[in-house]
Amino acid sequence: MNFDLTPDQKLLESTAASFVKKESPVSRFRALREDPVGWSKSLWKTMAELGWIGLAFPESAGGLGGSFVDVAILLEQFGAGLLPEPYVPSVLAAGTAILRAGSAEQHEAYLAPLIAGDTSLALAWAERGGRYDPTWVETTATKKGDEYVLQGEKIFVQNGHAADVIVVSARTAGTPGDTDGISLFVLPRDTEGLRITPVNTMDGHKAAMITLAGAVVPGANRLGPEGAAAPVLDEIMDLGAAAACAEGLGVMRASLAMTVDYLKTREQFGVKIGTFQALQHRAVDMFIRAELAKGTSILASVKVSDPDPAERRFAVSAAKVELAICGRYVSQQSIQLHGGIGITDEHDIGLYFKRMHVLNALFGDEEHHLARFAAQPAF
Amino acid sequence: MDLSFTPEQIAFREEVRAWIREAMPPQIRDKAAADAHFEHDEIMAWHRILHAKGWVAPHWPAEWGGAGLDVTRRFILTEELELAGAPALSPFGLMMVGPLILQFGTDAQRKRFLPKILAGEEVWCQGYSEPNAGSDLASLKLSAEPDGKGNYVLNGQKTWTTYAQYADWIFVLARTDKTAKKQSGISFFLVDMKTPGVTARPTLTIAGTPAFCDTFFENVTVPAENLVGPLHGGWTLAKALLGHERTYIAAVGLSTRTLRRVKRIAAGTKERGVPLLDVPAWRARIARMEIELWALKMANYRAIASAELGHAPGPESSILKIRGSEIMQQMYELAMDVMGHDSLSWHNEPGTVPAIEDAVPPQFNYARAASIYGGSNEIQKNVIAKAILGLPS
Repeated sequence: MNFDLTPDQKLLESTAASFVKKESPVSRFRALREDPVGWSKSLWKTMAELGWIGLAFPESAGGLGGSFVDVAILLEQFGAGLLPEPYVPSVLAAGTAILRAGSAEQHEAYLAPLIAGDTSLALAWAERGGRYDPTWVETTATKKGDEYVLQGEKIFVQNGHAADVIVVSARTAGTPGDTDGISLFVLPRDTEGLRITPVNTMDGHKAAMITLAGAVVPGANRLGPEGAAAPVLDEIMDLGAAAACAEGLGVMRASLAMTVDYLKTREQFGVKIGTFQALQHRAVDMFIRAELAKGTSILASVKVSDPDPAERRFAVSAAKVELAICGRYVSQQSIQLHGGIGITDEHDIGLYFKRMHVLNALFGDEEHHLARFAAQPAF
Repeated sequence: MDLSFTPEQIAFREEVRAWIREAMPPQIRDKAAADAHFEHDEIMAWHRILHAKGWVAPHWPAEWGGAGLDVTRRFILTEELELAGAPALSPFGLMMVGPLILQFGTDAQRKRFLPKILAGEEVWCQGYSEPNAGSDLASLKLSAEPDGKGNYVLNGQKTWTTYAQYADWIFVLARTDKTAKKQSGISFFLVDMKTPGVTARPTLTIAGTPAFCDTFFENVTVPAENLVGPLHGGWTLAKALLGHERTYIAAVGLSTRTLRRVKRIAAGTKERGVPLLDVPAWRARIARMEIELWALKMANYRAIASAELGHAPGPESSILKIRGSEIMQQMYELAMDVMGHDSLSWHNEPGTVPAIEDAVPPQFNYARAASIYGGSNEIQKNVIAKAILGLPS
């Protein structure tokens, strides 16, 4: 066993940390909350130039062939600074869908501009009736000649408000809950019948509610064989969950650091409040929780690339549950120890609290992953 | 980033597993299978079997009879012994006084004491706590005064001297300078339990077994050669164990075994005809416990990997004692809850039908000690608050 980062990974980590500190302090995210896009295209381009988008793709698809552990290093730093650029929805969600299911031509058409930082993507998979189950697809794709007609609704599509291209899951056969019969389609955002309603989410990010009202999609825009997309979506759910675990580490680390700093400076009763044992122990409990989540997050970031899907699901679900337990504790207590100022919008700690909730909800919450963990053969 | 064990480490695990199967005498094997309570003579019998194999002191240097194993192999050995349900050896000689004598003792002390600890010929107990010196250990009062003839005379009382009734020797912290600041006037002595004036009186624990003792010292003469480390320097020894690599302290093997027990009980316990393991609420609770154990394991693995590379114990190792004890307690709590009415059973009371796992209730009770001994979890948190988080005093 070896948990040390390689020299290259250490360099990646320090580069990302100083990038976030310099280019994306929390004040930038705070200001972008008022912006209709909510993130910066020029910063996205810079991130691409640093090779961070290409890192997630194999060289065969024009990427740099990094591992998920490399990606997790970036995400932890992004989490620590609340960087709002749409890395997970573009690269890990929609990007992986195109990478796994798409042809070489589709890679060229959609991944090349993404890797160059010229576009961003979104994956519309979640539906109201399915909670976190990507096989619960009520949206239909009906074949008409060489085209498909899409009908249905997708909710809280991350980066759906800004994406140039949206990958949509739709049912070409079967009924909601079936693994067979789910297909993926690529829809440019100006597709007729694709209605995108931008929404603000509770953490200050943006997303979109999407209606497919008879959107007509050429057959050439289908990714992979018809009806065979469920394993790709299953893998994406794990990538997304592992990504949330990595980003959550950064959120927890920053929350803990801010809180410890506050305990060292804030005075009441004539002394620093950090001298009070009740608060010291609370801070230690936060520290313990952050360390525990770190271990399982590492487990997820290694096992998410395991060729055996059962191994992958077991580790990722364990990590997502642990993230929920630990992340919730750390973020709740970080507000508690800040006292009243922690409840105000002007203080940053609340931004971390909100992001933590969103990370817990995205790609499956605690109950979802508990049940999934207990359903694996290794349990 | 590499989470796997090397082929050599995996082979070592297999070797340990096979050896345990082979070496465990039938009586111990049967009790281990039932996770039953081991008596002192059974524990010592197992001690001698491990000694014959050369594995009784995995963390001692090979020149003093240690197993000469690296950190990861030591962990694997400990984990496999715990997973097999083998008797837990008395830690006082092997884990505590032995390493202290190695680090601070004279060569004569090493030669006198270490071989007998290894061989299980002398059993040790620990004399640290006193009725008025628990978490505030440095306020201890057991006095040791020179008698002018090269000896020290001890007077006072030690408490929670676990298994003192079986011990041949006790190591004590005693006050040799009453005028110095409280940490500075303490010395570390080795005392033969047969010395006139030493009395050990067992106390029944909440587990219903006599694990603890009160040990009284009435004009007990101890030769000066039994002082370890410098006179008045005992506090350094008391603190030294905390600085040692303690990757075994989380007892993940034991908790993994208890989790298997929980699943076994849950599979065999029915509610309205359905095994609890198939009832969603129970299944979720067990899954959550398993995930918390995984999180502890990962912290443990990080600590091992770091120690293997020669790094000083990092932040992740400081949480092992706290979380290890909490998980152990919660695991037994879960076992009790799964057992339902059977959890009311107590040492096979006549007239009751033996519960499937009748050793669980005493273990559930005794597990409460895990967050108290070895520095209570609250004391551990005080240390982390200052040493790692840098919070003010």
